[in-house]
Amino acid sequence: MMAGSQWELPPELCCRPMAFVALTGLDVVYNAVHRAIWDAFCANRRADRVPISFKVLPGDHEYPKCRTKRTSYEWYIPKGILKTGWMNKHLNLVPALVVLFYELDWDDPQWKEKQSECATKVEIVRTSLQGRNTKVAVVLIQKKTPLPPGEDLVASERAATLCNACDLSGKSLFVLPHTDHLVGYIIRLENAFYEHAQTYYYTEIRRVKSHKEFLNKTTHQLLFVRHQFKIAFFSELKQDTQNALKYYRTAYSLVHELRAHETNMLEIKTMAGFINYKICRLCFQHNTPLDAIAQFRKHIDLCKKKIGSAELAFEHAAWMSKQFQSFGELFDEAIKLGLTAIQTQNPGFYYQQAACYSQDRKQQAQQLCQAGATHPSPEPGDTHTGGLDFYGQRPWRQGHQSIEPPDAEKEKTGILALQIKERDVPHSELIIALLSNAVAQFKKYKCPRMKSHLMVQMGEEYYHAKDYTKALKLLDYVMCDYRTERWWGLLTAILTTALRCAYLMASVKDYIIYCMELLGRASTLKEEQKMRIEKNLIQVLMNEVPDAEPECDPSSDGAARSLWSDRMALSGSNELTIEVQDYVPFIQCKARFQSPSFHVDQPIQLQVFLQADCPHPVSFTKLAVSLSNQEYNQWCVVESAGQESMSLLPGKTKCHNFSFVAKTEDVGKKIEMTGIELMLGSDSGRCVFVSWRGAGGDAASTHEALQASRSSRRWGRGVEARQELDWDSMTMQPSTMIISRVPKISVQLSHQPPALNNEMYCINLTVQSQEGVVAKDVKLTAGLKPGQDANLGQTTHVTLDGSKVCDDTAPALLPDVPLGDLKPGAKLERCVYVKCVSTGSRVFLFHVAYSIDTTVEGRQIVCKCHKDETVTIETVVPFEVSVKFVSTKFEPLDRVVVDIPFLLMTDILSSSPWPLLLASSSLQLLTMNTNTPQLQSQLQEVVLQTDECASECFCLRCPPLVNCNNTVATGQYLISWRRKSSSANSPLIQTAVTLPHVILESVPLYIHAELPSYGRVRESLSVRYHIENRTSLVQEVEMAVEPSDAFMFSGLKQVRLRILPGTEQQMLYNYYPLMAGYQTLPQLNISLPRCLTANTHTLRRFLPQRIFVKPQGRQLDDASIAAA
Amino acid sequence: MAVCIAVIAKENYPLYIRSLPTQNELKFHYTVHTSLDVVEEKISAAGKSLGDQRELYLGLLYPTEDYKVYGYVTNSKVKFVIVVDSSNTSLRDNEIRSMFRKLHNSFTDVMCNPFHNPGDTIQSKAFDGIVSGMMVQTG
Repeated sequence: MMAGSQWELPPELCCRPMAFVALTGLDVVYNAVHRAIWDAFCANRRADRVPISFKVLPGDHEYPKCRTKRTSYEWYIPKGILKTGWMNKHLNLVPALVVLFYELDWDDPQWKEKQSECATKVEIVRTSLQGRNTKVAVVLIQKKTPLPPGEDLVASERAATLCNACDLSGKSLFVLPHTDHLVGYIIRLENAFYEHAQTYYYTEIRRVKSHKEFLNKTTHQLLFVRHQFKIAFFSELKQDTQNALKYYRTAYSLVHELRAHETNMLEIKTMAGFINYKICRLCFQHNTPLDAIAQFRKHIDLCKKKIGSAELAFEHAAWMSKQFQSFGELFDEAIKLGLTAIQTQNPGFYYQQAACYSQDRKQQAQQLCQAGATHPSPEPGDTHTGGLDFYGQRPWRQGHQSIEPPDAEKEKTGILALQIKERDVPHSELIIALLSNAVAQFKKYKCPRMKSHLMVQMGEEYYHAKDYTKALKLLDYVMCDYRTERWWGLLTAILTTALRCAYLMASVKDYIIYCMELLGRASTLKEEQKMRIEKNLIQVLMNEVPDAEPECDPSSDGAARSLWSDRMALSGSNELTIEVQDYVPFIQCKARFQSPSFHVDQPIQLQVFLQADCPHPVSFTKLAVSLSNQEYNQWCVVESAGQESMSLLPGKTKCHNFSFVAKTEDVGKKIEMTGIELMLGSDSGRCVFVSWRGAGGDAASTHEALQASRSSRRWGRGVEARQELDWDSMTMQPSTMIISRVPKISVQLSHQPPALNNEMYCINLTVQSQEGVVAKDVKLTAGLKPGQDANLGQTTHVTLDGSKVCDDTAPALLPDVPLGDLKPGAKLERCVYVKCVSTGSRVFLFHVAYSIDTTVEGRQIVCKCHKDETVTIETVVPFEVSVKFVSTKFEPLDRVVVDIPFLLMTDILSSSPWPLLLASSSLQLLTMNTNTPQLQSQLQEVVLQTDECASECFCLRCPPLVNCNNTVATGQYLISWRRKSSSANSPLIQTAVTLPHVILESVPLYIHAELPSYGRVRESLSVRYHIENRTSLVQEVEMAVEPSDAFMFSGLKQVRLRILPGTEQQMLYNYYPLMAGYQTLPQLNISLPRCLTANTHTLRRFLPQRIFVKPQGRQLDDASIAAA
Repeated sequence: MAVCIAVIAKENYPLYIRSLPTQNELKFHYTVHTSLDVVEEKISAAGKSLGDQRELYLGLLYPTEDYKVYGYVTNSKVKFVIVVDSSNTSLRDNEIRSMFRKLHNSFTDVMCNPFHNPGDTIQSKAFDGIVSGMMVQTG
């Protein structure tokens, strides 16, 4: 029997009441058929089956006797509210229906005998149920499938006689053929049973209700409660939960109307608790959780103050705890069935409160139950096990209902016995179980802090239960939550408990850790407490036993002391490393490199700051910094020399400086601090290595630094000035870069920007050494700075050879060009040529590297130095070339006629800011031919200044082609040039300009005129038109000359003629100019009636439009001579 | 009136916490700390729905057997928590609201002090006075 079970709710209260039906006449052990029937009743009782609890009983089973009915309540004084056996009696002992199973077929040959045997069996059952309203029913187990009702005359007749013989109504006789459909028959049977059972419970309710009129309010108060409870319970059995709830509610208010005094307080509370449980359970079942919660709150408010006997105050706490626990369980169960709970209303709160009352109980038990008391004899509590008659009564005065206890002496021993019993209750176990239930709930409903709080309580309870390992496990787990949320007061409280645990179990490492944090700045302990703890810590470091923690149970202290001395005696295990980064230890550490980077020829400087927050000075024996490159670690150690140790004064910052020389191979690498170790204690006692990761800092320092930066931002430079002293705002510098030595050379570039497209752009590089010693292995890397647009790499070429134009194989970056050694003060020059194939801006890098011997702090090292110069150079086109085609009349041409000469005009417009020298130009023709025999450049050795233009003109002719009337490539125009300022032997740059394509056109007829360059007024001017047929057909040509005001003419005014293929026809006209000046020639209209594609307009293009006519000069003619 | 008044920083560490000296101080620290669960939940729920039109007063956070815990969150996510004895039924919601408003005003004054570094614990006599006033009225 588990302790505390006195407060457990009885199982018959907590179960769901179901109608009780007894089955008799079944031999489930030896008879397979009966077994099958019984199994069909029991198996698969799911929610869709009617709620009946079946039991197989022997036919002659003795049912509980029914007491004689009371006819009057006049002299009756009830002894209690509810008998302890009553619920069980109606759930499991008194059936609503007894069913007699009997094997009998309608056509049984021994029908008569069997019928009377059956009747006898029914009679036996009836006798044992004497006085009860229990129904009786008979089920005939038959081998044959019955015929449909009404068809089997024998059956109906025999059924009637059987009913008669057994004194049964027809409704109570059933037939069960055990054929294939057994389960189906069983389900129909049990539904019928259920109806009978309901009728039974209905009559029971009526029966209890009928008592009411006999009761009076003064003496029968208890009965009012009892009867309401019974009605409600029967209603539940009847599955009428709505009415059950109603009656329970009435019962609940009645129970609180009872006159309460110290002697019956427990009984009232017990019954109130039962009824409340039922109400809450039904409310949850009806899916009205808010009603359940409201009822429970009402219940608690009503009962909270009903403590009862002060000497048994723990009983009240125990009862309250149970109330909360069972409500929590009901709530939890409802959630499992689909109810949704919320953060602020979940079972966790009830478990938590239950735990809280259990804690009260424990406290009261400790106060009330003196350890010295012995068991009185005989023990009055013993009746307990024998059972009580009524719920909630005292075993030594059962049935007693008056205000004063009947026997004061008995009362005293009874209370004492209860107190002694309470002393043995494992309170902590109960509390922990409840707390862990609550933790599980709060975890589910997103209450991490509540969970932590409960875990702290659990830890404390384990501490009280002396299970220190579990206590520490829990406390350790939650400590970091409080630490990260910076609730120092709570953290200190938890640490204090943890320290006690660590002391009591003599766990050295834990003890040291907790001491360290309790001495630290996060601890809210008083100064004298800290002093005590520090003293203990020093003792542990000296391998001595610390003093006991105050508030520790003195009885456990002895055990702890012996544990400690065992620990101390153990040798070899006196070295401990404690990672303090995640705590707030009593020694703070911050380290920094003096600078985020050091040149390789400078000693690397590193500072470690230490500050102790404890009340007394603390001494240490060793301080070591570990770095990412462990070879440097040897330089970053400080150890106390001999006996004298280094010490930290409270609140004072101590700074340790280290410096070392970096290795040259570490240039470009980062050196990081990986950890800092501080050794406390000594080899003779106990060594504790307090270790920080990285450059120190702890769980609280980030926030402190943030706050410090906020305040310094606000106060500006005032704080900056005294920053050296301000611990919080001191920043850590956990890493530093080792960078190469500062070069002492100058690199100068001279050039004439911008660069011109495709030229060999010359950049003059001058390197001058300012070193004191020889710079060795000077190397130049020159060219396009990496990391720019990838296309630039393809269009940039760098070379040192300026004598010829470099080709595309030259790289964009010339790496490591050796330049030899450079003496101190010496100078070195180089020209670098860059060819940029495309325009745009480029960044060029000139990287001069060398090595030099130098000394750092007496150590010889070879340093590599380098100096970078970058220059951005814009590339522009040197000149623009424009090309156009014109006719021999200098008219722009949009298409070129085959085999007729035309002109190509080129213009070179300089856009270079520097003068350009055009060496020569030439044409590379593809389809065209020159019309002039010797093509000579007209631009040789021409110098173009900015914005000047050089033009050329070429006469070309396109030979007849097969595929005419098409666009053809013309060819290229080549220009050789260089800067005027460049030296005469510098290479010429060839720039090729692709000439535009032309559209070719062939004409069927070509016409050209042969006429003098000018005419004179009134002087005949002969014009010969040549008309060529360029087709392979005979062409018919119509020609007409339109009259003109400026000319008179002679010749054919209008003519039609034929021209044979490939031949020409000449037409001669004599024009006689009438006016001077530019005159439009008479228009010649030509049309080809056969060939409509060619129009006169095209042909007219070939002809001269006008001619200059000189005025008639004064002539030394005959007349003037005559006049003379 | 109040048995415990606390101001909690945005990062959920206490800026100010005072309880009736007669009672178990630690218990109130735990009560205030656990109430932050509900505050956080309410803030995140409010953040989702309304945005800046948030009501600062959060109302009753959760009832324990002995105390009622009320919460209030400023726009800068500083939390105020007031713990009231459960037996004190005379306090209406409105009165709690006005207490919070008073607290908020006084807190604003503290923040306006150019010598106060936001994020540090509150050490102000004026604020102390206001808090004492709210606690004293209990009688």
